[in-house]
Amino acid sequence: MIREFAAIDVYYLLLAARWTLALTALAFVGGGLFGIVVALMRVSPFMPLRALGAAYVNVVQGIPLLGWLFVFFFGLPILAGVQVSSWVAATIAFSFYAGAFLGEIWRGCLQAIPRQQWEAGAALGLGFGEQLRHVIVPQAVRVAIPPTVGFLVQLIKNTSLGAVIGFVELTREGQLTNAATYRPFTVYIAVAAIYFAMCFPLTQLSRRLERRLRVAR
Amino acid sequence: MSLVELKGVVKRFGTNTVLDDVSMNVERGEIIAVIGRSGSGKSTMLRCINGLEPVQGGTVVVDGETVSAPGADLRALRQRVGIVFQSYNLFPHLSVEKNITLAPRVVKGIDPGTARELALGVLRRVGLAEKIDAYPDQLSGGQQQRVAIARSLAMQPKLMLFDEITSALDPELTGEVLKVLEQVAAEGMTMILVTHEMGFARRVATRVVFMHQGRIWEEGGAREVLEKPRTPELATFLDAVLH
Amino acid sequence: MNYRFNFRDIWAQTDFILEGILVTLALTVVTMLSGLVIGTLGAAARVHGPRWLSTMVAAYVEVIRNTPLIVQLFLVFFGLPSAGIRLDAMTASMIALGINLGAYSTEIIRAGLEAIPRTQVEAGRCLGLSGVQVFRHVVLFPAIKVIYPALSSQFVLLMLATSVVSQISAPDLFHVASIIQSRTFRDFEIYAVVSGIYLALALAMKLGFAAIHHLAFGRR
Repeated sequence: MIREFAAIDVYYLLLAARWTLALTALAFVGGGLFGIVVALMRVSPFMPLRALGAAYVNVVQGIPLLGWLFVFFFGLPILAGVQVSSWVAATIAFSFYAGAFLGEIWRGCLQAIPRQQWEAGAALGLGFGEQLRHVIVPQAVRVAIPPTVGFLVQLIKNTSLGAVIGFVELTREGQLTNAATYRPFTVYIAVAAIYFAMCFPLTQLSRRLERRLRVAR
Repeated sequence: MSLVELKGVVKRFGTNTVLDDVSMNVERGEIIAVIGRSGSGKSTMLRCINGLEPVQGGTVVVDGETVSAPGADLRALRQRVGIVFQSYNLFPHLSVEKNITLAPRVVKGIDPGTARELALGVLRRVGLAEKIDAYPDQLSGGQQQRVAIARSLAMQPKLMLFDEITSALDPELTGEVLKVLEQVAAEGMTMILVTHEMGFARRVATRVVFMHQGRIWEEGGAREVLEKPRTPELATFLDAVLH
Repeated sequence: MNYRFNFRDIWAQTDFILEGILVTLALTVVTMLSGLVIGTLGAAARVHGPRWLSTMVAAYVEVIRNTPLIVQLFLVFFGLPSAGIRLDAMTASMIALGINLGAYSTEIIRAGLEAIPRTQVEAGRCLGLSGVQVFRHVVLFPAIKVIYPALSSQFVLLMLATSVVSQISAPDLFHVASIIQSRTFRDFEIYAVVSGIYLALALAMKLGFAAIHHLAFGRR
């Protein structure tokens, strides 16, 4: 039975947007952890660590997100021996994926700190870890904020693919609403509008932060 | 035993030989001014002394530590050898106090209260005690460079290296920095300065070393090197620099 | 782990997989071309066009960059029929991908054009060159040099993103994967293999772009 597209459908879409944001937050935290490890690996003085970090980034970035979603969705149960919910599969897959991108962004920020700052620290007798902790990372964090906020926008858009493995977020809810109302144009315009409302403010924030950073230097 | 012993040091960047069999001894209390054209290897030699640049040949021994050996404890050495750079390299995210107390706190384990006293002490010596809580971007170039000197002094080094520290400064700010250098020298510090300030070299240095094409070309007392050049290269250099 | 990996069923489908690869590559190439055209026009409008046009292009870019590709795809494929425009999966894919890449390309090309300092253009003008000549000799080559890395990365991303058209059953490599999955029930294996193929394609593209960069911009 087909029903009319009504305000209630917009309400359900907005509710589903909560799960979009929830998944984004989880993926950001998980990806952040992966990302810190990868960034540090890639700037470490040990070649094997650097190579491993580079391999992780290149492999993750060389496979479509859909590919990773399905590999984790079908691979995790094999590894764990038990059925895995779409929440778990999605969170792990998105964290793994985001980790590579965040790692790259943060590596760039660490490397943006001029060599002379490392030298000044070394000349005072600081070791590698101490240099990172007291001199390099505090400066890198400031530089990292605009592109990290920009990446959040990517992450929100990426969660739309969670629909493909059955995760009910905004896009999936849109598909379900479309199936019930047969109003694809209206439904997907509404879905797009809600994504825009979530993403655009973050995009603007990222731009403003970047402008402020450039002025400050 | 000399404080610094360079024996036959060879340093290459790729195929470019920057230091070509350099040997030099520095005794405690000496003030060495190193002069020469850009590309003559002076800054590189300085950076080899505290291990910022590895060498491909010869030996570098500083305060008994063989810097050029693979297993050298550079971290420990750098607590005894201070260096001030041309571009000051202050930490922009830290206040003047934190810039100065970072190494004493983290490397030597001094507590924050004592560290602040220490910072005030060295800042008084460079004439900037009132700026202890300021940030680098609030200071002029000359002031930043004096803070950089104070930062190195705070580690109480036996030897201080200065890599063209006034070259990046506006002329009117150079004077205040040179005054601090004279004072540090008067206090008995062993100093090696790569510099273009010939007047300062004649007044303060106990020895002047002229480098040319990666070699020590001439060396001796300040007056004799600067007023009686024995080689045409030094004569040409002094002529170009002094007029 | 009791699972027995079985890749043999997949090797039996190599022809089918090859078809999928060809469709993916075809989509990529077509989109690269249309994306370049749209991007160049958009960038020109943003940098040299009248205010109203520049604003419209800016709005287009913002909308595309702040909404997911899959939603844009669904709008074109499922939504347009409501307005009477019925499209097959491949055409809809090309349109959606082209519009999407066009927005990102506009930004990249615009950044490249704006990277040429005004002083360069002035110098060209002062030498007596006309506007078009200045563009061709002073702006174009350096601009392309600036644009090239960002644009080539975007193209590799595009190739990977084409996988999304599988969701409207366009016969690309990823769609082939899902069909093989339903035929052989080898879920993990097929997606692992296909992911590996994408990785190889991405690597090949990166190497290709690097080679072109070296040939065009190498030491003279």
